[in-house]
Amino acid sequence: MATIRIDNVKKRFGQTEVIHGVDIDINDGEFIVIVGPSGCGKSTLLRMVAGLETVTSGEVQIHGKRVNELEPMDRNIAMVFQNYALYPHMSVFDNMAYGLKIAGTAKAEIAERVDKAAQMLQLGDYLDRKPRQLSGGQRQRVAMGRAIVRKPAVFLFDEPLSNLDAKLRVQMRLEIKALQRDLGITSLYVTHDQVEAMTLADRMVVMNAGVAEQIGAPMDVYQDPRTMFVGGFIGSPPMNFLQLRQASDDSMRLPPQIADRIEKAEGPVTVGVRPEHLSLDANGEARFSGRLRYVEPLGAETLVHLVTEGGEQITVRQDGIAQLPEAGSQCVMSSAAEHICLFGKDGARID
Amino acid sequence: MARLPESGMVEKRGAGLWLTHLGLIAGVLVIVFPIWLAFVASTVSQPEIVRPPMPLWPGDQFFENYSKALVSGINAPVARMLFNSAVMAFGIAIGKIVISILSAFAIVYFRFPGRNLFFWLIFLTLMLPVEVRIVPTYEVAANFGMLNSYSGLIFPLIASATATFLFRQFFMTVPDELAEAARVDGARPMRFFWDILLPMSRTNIAALFVILFIYGWNQYLWPLLITTDPSMNTIVMGIKQMFPSGDDIADWPVIMATSILAMLPPVVVVISMQKLFIRGLVDSEK
Ligand SMILES: Nc1ncnc2c1ncn2[C@@H]1O[C@H](COP(=O)(O)OP(=O)(O)OP(=O)(O)O)[C@@H](O)[C@H]1O
Ligand SMILES: [Mg+2]
Repeated sequence: MATIRIDNVKKRFGQTEVIHGVDIDINDGEFIVIVGPSGCGKSTLLRMVAGLETVTSGEVQIHGKRVNELEPMDRNIAMVFQNYALYPHMSVFDNMAYGLKIAGTAKAEIAERVDKAAQMLQLGDYLDRKPRQLSGGQRQRVAMGRAIVRKPAVFLFDEPLSNLDAKLRVQMRLEIKALQRDLGITSLYVTHDQVEAMTLADRMVVMNAGVAEQIGAPMDVYQDPRTMFVGGFIGSPPMNFLQLRQASDDSMRLPPQIADRIEKAEGPVTVGVRPEHLSLDANGEARFSGRLRYVEPLGAETLVHLVTEGGEQITVRQDGIAQLPEAGSQCVMSSAAEHICLFGKDGARID
Repeated sequence: MARLPESGMVEKRGAGLWLTHLGLIAGVLVIVFPIWLAFVASTVSQPEIVRPPMPLWPGDQFFENYSKALVSGINAPVARMLFNSAVMAFGIAIGKIVISILSAFAIVYFRFPGRNLFFWLIFLTLMLPVEVRIVPTYEVAANFGMLNSYSGLIFPLIASATATFLFRQFFMTVPDELAEAARVDGARPMRFFWDILLPMSRTNIAALFVILFIYGWNQYLWPLLITTDPSMNTIVMGIKQMFPSGDDIADWPVIMATSILAMLPPVVVVISMQKLFIRGLVDSEK
């Protein structure tokens, strides 16, 4: 059980800075998911917490103690790697027991702990097998088991599910969540998959280009994105963004309280609205118009793609059964005023 | 009806099989023939050999010739020379493997100043065979008083750029995450080496052992220089020493018996290691 504190941590590889000062405070037992596009520095941040990468500046604390200078083994952590990193010549049992063996745990206790973890992960029948005799999902479980048996204060996961097929990924996601909840171990989980992030996280950290853009509970981040990047990254299909050229644009009619805020802002403003908050009618206060390009019926829902006069794309999410206009026809869309987000020229939200 | 194409195919395959086998058998016969002659020569008496035509079937002198070779030999008993060769070949093979695997471990897994320089220095020595540096090496060995000793036979040949290079290439294919996982598990570097890297290198070690054992066994020039005392001769150079100088008569049956004996240990090593080899290949770990 432990808290983690990441305090203005930066990382430079040679001359290039890849993490530009990240602050995260993690409570005891919390499940934190770090999500962001490829190359944004998620793994690097996680590896600095693990001690596999040095911290250029700033401080990492585990349970209130500075760990910058400690070796991974002295940080009381366990890590699950993307390719599992199982020891190929050892049996499943030995893989799980290796850390305990090094720590000098008594044989009987090792056997007991490994058996318990194996039971938890339904690996009981496979203890004598070598990793290569296991399926991807089973290997994944062994990697989890290796982390569990050590009873660490912190779990670190680096995209542990990305080598599995879609169905197994969903199943393992649920298992990881249940396991973490049962054990109550503070966890830091890296993924580029926003669905994983939304479903697993107690709080998520959305990273972009070495900066933590927003930290918060999944639904808060979703409903209240603080930057344009977050709005565009979280949610599928992503948020619609419309550049506002002048206050009275023909293709966009905004209610007075929003127009006020736009006027006060400096520089160009971007209007953001989520596809599911738009509907193809004129009932909301904020209205947009565009030409319907094509429709994607997905069964339960239908995605309607439109283009504005200015050439910007808008996606509207409709119920699957709604009657739709023809392709090429001019349509009106609207949304309630509270669903409209405004972003300034630096991409930050304007309140 | 349905069986027709099947039997046709078997027949066709059968013919091809016979042909390839015939070719192979012919090849084996050609290669084995000189060795067969050597064996035959080691089982007959001296007069039978020198009288043409050469005998093609084994004679009745097998035990006499072999026991004479093993116990008394010509300059030194063959048993003694076999032992010397075994010490040298095992020493070189094991020493080379130990040193090269450790240096490859250092070069791949540790960042230290001059790491690349050292690697390239080792690599450079690949280009210098024993024969090229034999005079200075002899000088050094002689100054250390290593003439006529096992250390003199073994140590100067023990450094191996080839084996270091091979282990380096193998270690570089081992995923970094494995070393990181071991670090998180609490393994210090040497522990990682013993528990993970070494077992994973098993098959490489076996392969290298075979090659290096034969390399050590077949050394000729170096033992010839460094040993003057017949009791320190190795078998391969010992055979040459058995040829008489001047007008003495060569004792061919004993020389041939010695040759056959000299071939046996490498054969045994290859055959016994081959099993380990194949097992290693079949349950390949990667
Ligand atoms: N050892 C290194 N030396 C130099 N640059 C590095 C090193 N490791 C990572 N980087 C750089 O740091 C940046 C962040 O890398 P990182 O691996 O953390 O990305 P990531 O967010 O985990 O991406 P992905 O989702 O693809 O795994 C990248 O631009 C990468 O090129
Ligand atoms: Mg990564």
